[in-house]
Amino acid sequence: MVMIAKSAEEKITGVSEANVKGDVLLSVRDLRVWFELRRFGFGHAGYVRAVDNVSFDLHYGEAVAVVGESGCGKSSLMKSILGLNKPTKGNILFEGKDINTFDTQNWHWYRRKVGYVQQDPYGALAPFMTVQRILEEPLIVHGVKNADEREQRVRKVMDEVKLSPADDFLSKYPHMLSGGQQQRVVIARAMVMEPKLIVADEPVSMLDASVRVEILKLLRGLQESHNLAMIYITHDLSTVRYFSERIFVMYAGNIVEKSPVKELLNNPSHPYTAALLTATSDPDSRNAETFKEIPPGEPPSLVSPPTGCRFHPRCSRKIDNLCDVEEPPEFEISAGHHAACWLYK
Amino acid sequence: MMNSNTLLRLEDLKLHFRTTSGIVQAVDGVNFSLGYNEAVVVLGESGCGKSSLAKAILRLLPRNTAEYSGKVFLNGSDVMTLDDEEFRRNVRWIMMSLVPQAAMNSLNPVLKVGDQIAEPLMVHHGVKKDEALKTALAMFQHVGVPGAFLDRYAFELSGGMRQRVAIAMALVTSPALVVLDEPTSALDVLTQANIFNVLKRLKGELETSFILITHDIATSSELADRVAVMYAGQIVEVSDAKNFFTAPLHPYSQKLMASVPRLRGDEEPEFITGRPPSLLNLPSGCRFRDRCPAAFGKCSEDPPVIVKDQRLVKCWLYN
Repeated sequence: MVMIAKSAEEKITGVSEANVKGDVLLSVRDLRVWFELRRFGFGHAGYVRAVDNVSFDLHYGEAVAVVGESGCGKSSLMKSILGLNKPTKGNILFEGKDINTFDTQNWHWYRRKVGYVQQDPYGALAPFMTVQRILEEPLIVHGVKNADEREQRVRKVMDEVKLSPADDFLSKYPHMLSGGQQQRVVIARAMVMEPKLIVADEPVSMLDASVRVEILKLLRGLQESHNLAMIYITHDLSTVRYFSERIFVMYAGNIVEKSPVKELLNNPSHPYTAALLTATSDPDSRNAETFKEIPPGEPPSLVSPPTGCRFHPRCSRKIDNLCDVEEPPEFEISAGHHAACWLYK
Repeated sequence: MMNSNTLLRLEDLKLHFRTTSGIVQAVDGVNFSLGYNEAVVVLGESGCGKSSLAKAILRLLPRNTAEYSGKVFLNGSDVMTLDDEEFRRNVRWIMMSLVPQAAMNSLNPVLKVGDQIAEPLMVHHGVKKDEALKTALAMFQHVGVPGAFLDRYAFELSGGMRQRVAIAMALVTSPALVVLDEPTSALDVLTQANIFNVLKRLKGELETSFILITHDIATSSELADRVAVMYAGQIVEVSDAKNFFTAPLHPYSQKLMASVPRLRGDEEPEFITGRPPSLLNLPSGCRFRDRCPAAFGKCSEDPPVIVKDQRLVKCWLYN
């Protein structure tokens, strides 16, 4: 089993060894993740349309941020990429291979290539395992038999996430570590198989403000030094700027805007993006004197989303008989900047 | 600092807890005052004692309280001298109320929210139920919840609406002071901005005073007239918002401000090295000493509170 997995890896990495930035690592095509609702356990009662018609390309060594409110489908999207949800429709291609067609051996290979950084570090670490055991686990699963080699790799990755000196941490249990250190262990675990892609689900939302920046900088540093592709899922726009090249804004299961970070912050095109930017505060005493303009209402139910543009019931710039009828396609605003909004037709 | 405009004044307030590993000095000698129709933000990292400060102000003490001492002056009279029953009858929810942390999950699931909002009025002011419901309806309009929601249960409301209901419950008896403990930390950005719009409006309309306890520095500036920074159970700086957000005095405040990621502007955020001290085993002298870039010999002694341009700072640098 181990040998097979290894040879599969060699075969595939042989092709992509070039690691040229600009080549597509992950390609998501018309992805749809719907969850069926059951009535009394068997009657069909509709679908929760968590992700609907999402497409994007992610290049080698590129960091993108997926921004959206809770319930917008960003976690469902992430879980599909990790292979934890089966897509209802559409394809996810990783290095050109469709994960829908994967067999056990391919999954084995894929899981080595994709790391996952969870939101709540304490919940993500087994409380009865020492740090050493936690970090060794992926190596054992993926067939690194030699204990010395395992320890060496564990120490190396601990050094990379700045859990040093490693001897102080190896024999500790998660509850003996601070939140920031726990998150470093989670990151080390995601890194230990030397993946090509890291999916980070709100990696800093459970941490204190002062530690947050430290962890983000660490992730960014690893991303750059290892030429990792990274999907950073967050609801906090203010941290995105320090982290990623591009932003995808999600609303009610759709990606409504895709843009390079600077461009999006200076020139938000979708009314929802503009509202998000308005709502995000910077520390400034003048804030207390002004009221913010916030779109009324709340995100729609994903069971029966509004027809047309899903944001139209809350949008102040809606075009009658268009936005409420027809779903907007993506319009290109400038190079690499797309918005799904009829204002730009 | 005492003048006729002071609504609340804390003098050497202490709240210590007993645990199996020792005494936790969560609130350790807090001095602090608040005027009428003023909003003060208490900032600090998790574990610095800010939620315990809220509990100490409202005397909501857990069973493992080891020490609760100091003075709490409300409208000039020391409410610490009242016994628990007097405090419950005359102070809590009459003079000051609390929006607890994760308040939106603290609503009773089997009572209609309208009944829950009306309850404090019936209990504390002896108002009849239909009267109380009328006031509750008016309160709903203040916080921006549709009146029809009075008949709903908590699970029928979204997180933002439930948070507003919790705020309405704190306001229904028209207290002079509302303590908000992390009122928006579990909410989405748009909802959060909406709640702060509501709080700002209430401050103007009802002339309520607020103590806002939070770790979110950026959003705290939405409401703050003044800012108090808490570190390891003590308040290390009290400043007016304008000066604080542009030029904080205490080295810890400066570090804290520098760690805030900003949407606008180009500054790179920094992080604070080290960890706050354990409240079980506090160092002598300045508690920030070990993490402070400006620490010097004097810092091994407990720093005094120094008044500088009407701002208070507990640091030897300003001596």
